[in-house]
Amino acid sequence: MTELNAIALEGVVKEYLSHGEVVQAVKGITLDIAEGEFFSLLGPSGCGKTTTMRMIAGFEEPSKGVVRLHGQDVTNVPPNKRDVNMVFQSYALFPHMSVWDNVAFGLKQRKTPQAEIKQRVGEMLEIVDLAGREKRRPREMSGGQQQRVALARALVNRPRALLLDEPLGALDLKLRQAMQIELKRIQREVGITFVYVTHDQSEALTMSDRIAVMNDGLVEQLAGPREIYERPATAFVAGFIGTSNLLAGTASGGTLELGGGKVLVPDRDGPVTVTVRPEKITISTDKPGGDVSAVPGTVAEVVYLGTYNSYAVSLADGAEVTVFQQNAHDSTTTAERGDSVWLSWQARHSYAIGS
Amino acid sequence: MRRLTPYLLALPSWMWLSIFLVVPLAAMASVSLQTGNAIDGFAMTFSFSNYADALSTYSPQLFRSLGYGALATVAMLLIGYPVAYWIAFKGGRRKSVYLFLLLLPFFVSFVLRTISWGFLLSDDGILLGTLKSWGLLPAGFHVLATTFAVVAGLTYNWLPFMILPIYVSLERVDPRTVEAAQDLYASRAAAFRRVVLPLSLPGVFAGVLMTFVPATADPVNAQVLGGTGNTMIGNIIQTEYLTNLDYPTASALSFTLMAMLLVGIFVYAKALGTENVLEAAAR
Repeated sequence: MTELNAIALEGVVKEYLSHGEVVQAVKGITLDIAEGEFFSLLGPSGCGKTTTMRMIAGFEEPSKGVVRLHGQDVTNVPPNKRDVNMVFQSYALFPHMSVWDNVAFGLKQRKTPQAEIKQRVGEMLEIVDLAGREKRRPREMSGGQQQRVALARALVNRPRALLLDEPLGALDLKLRQAMQIELKRIQREVGITFVYVTHDQSEALTMSDRIAVMNDGLVEQLAGPREIYERPATAFVAGFIGTSNLLAGTASGGTLELGGGKVLVPDRDGPVTVTVRPEKITISTDKPGGDVSAVPGTVAEVVYLGTYNSYAVSLADGAEVTVFQQNAHDSTTTAERGDSVWLSWQARHSYAIGS
Repeated sequence: MRRLTPYLLALPSWMWLSIFLVVPLAAMASVSLQTGNAIDGFAMTFSFSNYADALSTYSPQLFRSLGYGALATVAMLLIGYPVAYWIAFKGGRRKSVYLFLLLLPFFVSFVLRTISWGFLLSDDGILLGTLKSWGLLPAGFHVLATTFAVVAGLTYNWLPFMILPIYVSLERVDPRTVEAAQDLYASRAAAFRRVVLPLSLPGVFAGVLMTFVPATADPVNAQVLGGTGNTMIGNIIQTEYLTNLDYPTASALSFTLMAMLLVGIFVYAKALGTENVLEAAAR
């Protein structure tokens, strides 16, 4: 028997009525989230990621499709009867309750024996590093502490899955990075499935086992962070994750002729769009030899960024290519504005996307 | 100079309070202990028996007023809370329209509104007369001059003062905290009881204060909608002042009413102060 997935969405659609017109926020999503996985739903605002999560939590009912938790159909089960808990954007802590009462809320609702509540809440506050602050009110705490209360309040119930809706959005950069590592540690410690909604690609890449990149109510690509970054499946993913160059043209015989140069696109013919990451490109003054993609261009802008330089290079057809070059050795060999240069990269670093 | 600025800025309000509150109160306190009559004048005799006399004569009206005020306050709470809840959570984009409708009656004078209820509810008026002519009500049926009419009038007149503070406190409740409670296994009813209700109690507290005090002291509703058996203490004070010109009795009654309300408010605030309310709700 195959192991049951923690969460399964089967052809889930969510429609809203807006000014008398039916709008599809989620246009049909099918995905499986494995037990113990750190799974991210990544996409720009309005892509349907939060709606998808709210359907898993039970706050929204799908217009079509089925939501399963551990194989069990919960599509029409209200949130208070679902074995998942949520960490809300901006936390939604109960302002009239102490930290202790906030964390104990779920256990009390489930009529857990008093002694067990005491023990589990104590343990959980230990894990999120809030022991000794049980009597505080949420408004007396910093953003990072409130965040950890919200996490403890959900995790203390030992849910089958924890849903996190942009939980780090309200924190400043330093704290956010610290919390990313903290979240990953806690997830390993408790071994619970995490479903993480974010619009921040670096957050998703840092923490996730797998990422579903969403756009306009659909999943564009579902893969591990490395694959999402290295092999974006669509132009949208290439553009949304990191910086990416898109080169369009018509390929013939596995080669795309481009402004006096050539881009290798194995096994492709006809109109094609090729993506290549800026850090994969080498800049040289002479035309490189060997079996590589190489296109000529003119340096339009050089930006010094400390650990690396960023070049904007104009190609003959007007397209602009971004190139990152590490300042690993010395920066005297960098090209200057107006220089004619060659850009080259290995064939395996560029991908033909879409069609 | 800079340190004095806040006090100087507060000076007008202090002057307002002392001239229009402290001075009249002191004058009234003095009158309540005087004896005499309107023709020969009143003289200070420290006659504390004024209080005893007033109380022994008018205690039924005094306690009736407190009872009517309490009844009307409970009725306002029962009607007002759901209304405030509905506007705050279901009002959507038309919230301000509903609030405006709530305040619309204030564009007409309070006395006029009460009198028009008198017309509407009169024994052979638009409502009862029509129903009687259709044979739906017995000919002797009447609404006016009953406890019901007076309490209903009080309820009608102060309802917005109950709804508005409750609305304000409900409006500040983050709907996501309700979702969070449901996510943590609370049913809709439990989420309301443990999150929404406790968070709205400061509004309920304010609403009760803002309605119970004026409703208890009001003379207009009892006069217009009530009968001889519904006289409230406000009517007595008015009559003593304006008709009987018995200023000491009227002042003594006013002070007694004020003292009772103040003690009531104090006990109420002590027992149900917002901090205590929230503490209790968190359990």
